[in-house]
Amino acid sequence: MIGNGSVRLLSKNFDVPNMATLDVAMKHGAYDMLKRAMKLKPEEVTELVKASGLRGHGGAGFSAGTKWGFVPKDKFPRYVCVNGDESEPGTCKDRLIIERDPHLMLEGALICAYAVQAERIYIYIRGEYYYPAKVMAEAIKQAQAKGFIGQKILGSDWSCTVHLQNGAGAYICGEETGLIESLEGKKGWPRLKPPFYPAAIGLWGAPTIVNNVETLAFVPRILDIGPEKFAAMGSPKNGGTGLFSLSGHVNKPGVYELPMGTLLTDLIHKHGGGIPNGKKLKAVIPGGSSSHILTADECENLPLDFESVAARGSMLGSAAVMVIDETVSIPQLMHWMVRFYAHESCGQCTPCREGTDWLLRLSKKFLEGTARKRDIDDMWQLADNIDGKTICALGQAVAWPTKSYLVKFRHEFEALCRN
Amino acid sequence: MTQVTIPETLKKKAEEIFFRYPAEKRQSALLPLLFEVQREMGWIRPEAEAWVAETVGVSPVKVREIITFYSMMRAEPVGKYLIQFCQNISCCLRGGENILHHMEKKLGIHVGETTKDGLFTLRVVECLGGCSWAPMMLVNEDQYFVLSVEKIDKIIEGFRSGNPVAPDHPTPLLGNVAGEAVA
Repeated sequence: MIGNGSVRLLSKNFDVPNMATLDVAMKHGAYDMLKRAMKLKPEEVTELVKASGLRGHGGAGFSAGTKWGFVPKDKFPRYVCVNGDESEPGTCKDRLIIERDPHLMLEGALICAYAVQAERIYIYIRGEYYYPAKVMAEAIKQAQAKGFIGQKILGSDWSCTVHLQNGAGAYICGEETGLIESLEGKKGWPRLKPPFYPAAIGLWGAPTIVNNVETLAFVPRILDIGPEKFAAMGSPKNGGTGLFSLSGHVNKPGVYELPMGTLLTDLIHKHGGGIPNGKKLKAVIPGGSSSHILTADECENLPLDFESVAARGSMLGSAAVMVIDETVSIPQLMHWMVRFYAHESCGQCTPCREGTDWLLRLSKKFLEGTARKRDIDDMWQLADNIDGKTICALGQAVAWPTKSYLVKFRHEFEALCRN
Repeated sequence: MTQVTIPETLKKKAEEIFFRYPAEKRQSALLPLLFEVQREMGWIRPEAEAWVAETVGVSPVKVREIITFYSMMRAEPVGKYLIQFCQNISCCLRGGENILHHMEKKLGIHVGETTKDGLFTLRVVECLGGCSWAPMMLVNEDQYFVLSVEKIDKIIEGFRSGNPVAPDHPTPLLGNVAGEAVA
């Protein structure tokens, strides 16, 4: 119904001056939806979020309401963790939410905590986000002073405190169980799952809901406009809008709020202003650096929602769209990409710890002119030996793009080989 | 060996931090407390590391594990201004590498080094989450976006002369959330 035009649902108050201060935020309706939610039974709030089709915007795209429903009935205490570790290369949307409308996210987190009857919320913000964390700390303080956080919130029987925790430069802590380990004061080694997911056994062994900043920031909006209207804004199974982080070779990089299912080509050309300097599009990384690369042809007629991008053999992930023009060498891109994963591999699983380092060494050979054709096959083999053989998804996060670069742009690697 | 005293402010801060967690979950305070040590003392000295272990009530190896695992933990001194330059895909696509080389020349050091006057330490880091405003860097706790050779010159000279260029706080609105385009 909204088509492919831009829309401001989550971001509608981003350019309101001083929106981060509580007085201003409340003039724009902040915490009204918390009041509305608390008039409902907790499980009714969960049902509402389920009905909206809200999917996790952190990368996995899991139904938010379904996740909330996984909390075991009689296990207390319970916790909510807000994942603001935003570290997937290409992704830069949560930063804006935190800086520009922190109370929206806080309200969403509180509604989530009410729905699952949690007594504490931990907001985990990546360590490099000094400024966003400062804004959030002040927002928490103000909301607390006004009684939206703390004992017997809004005169009810429910109490909930909110605490800020800063990360310290580890990508792996964006993985929900890595985040929990980090919050427990350990290195962020992800936990084995299944059988136990954080909703059942999470922080300090208690039921814990971990949701991304953007996901939670949508919750007050869902209560505001109603789940049906929210669902109708997106595409089938993908409710609402999404914040798309557009970067790389476009005339107007930026964060675009668009209905789920917006065409990739519209994002790049209509909204992003097309490719600079009259260059041709070569490829797109559609969902953060962990996603399979798409050739220019594969970008045609592709709705940006979780199912459509998956059907094209890639993933929407965190909706971080990186645009690559014809001047970029894919072996060079490969080197930038694997350098990240080699640095960020947490070292827990051998295939990933060793494999990413070998991939890095091999990728260097193509840039130094010492590569041989068998190095292409070795890289594929290495990626294949990481893929699916690690505790967390970081393994496939490097394996999938590696394989896709090699398969789709093999000729570029061959051209750099000595034999 | 010179005696290193732990500032009283840190001890007070520790109590505030413990308050964030259930009483018996003191280990959670490790990261925030180490950040405070770094902020107060510049880097995490061995004496401070031992103090953290004692205060939190964990073995020293647990603290060492945290310091070596998390890349933002500093077990060695750095210059007055720690420059962390992003070298990830979006920044490289927008010319980040050339700007980084320019910065090396401007400072007269290579990546990983500190200037002789102790003013600047230059490091490269992976994705800082400023991809739509690439290239980006952090100088201590301040963020700078859409870097160019000219902007780097201004920023470095600003620090040298004691008149720092204002950081990009908050992050500028680009894309349709601002309804306007970036130049």
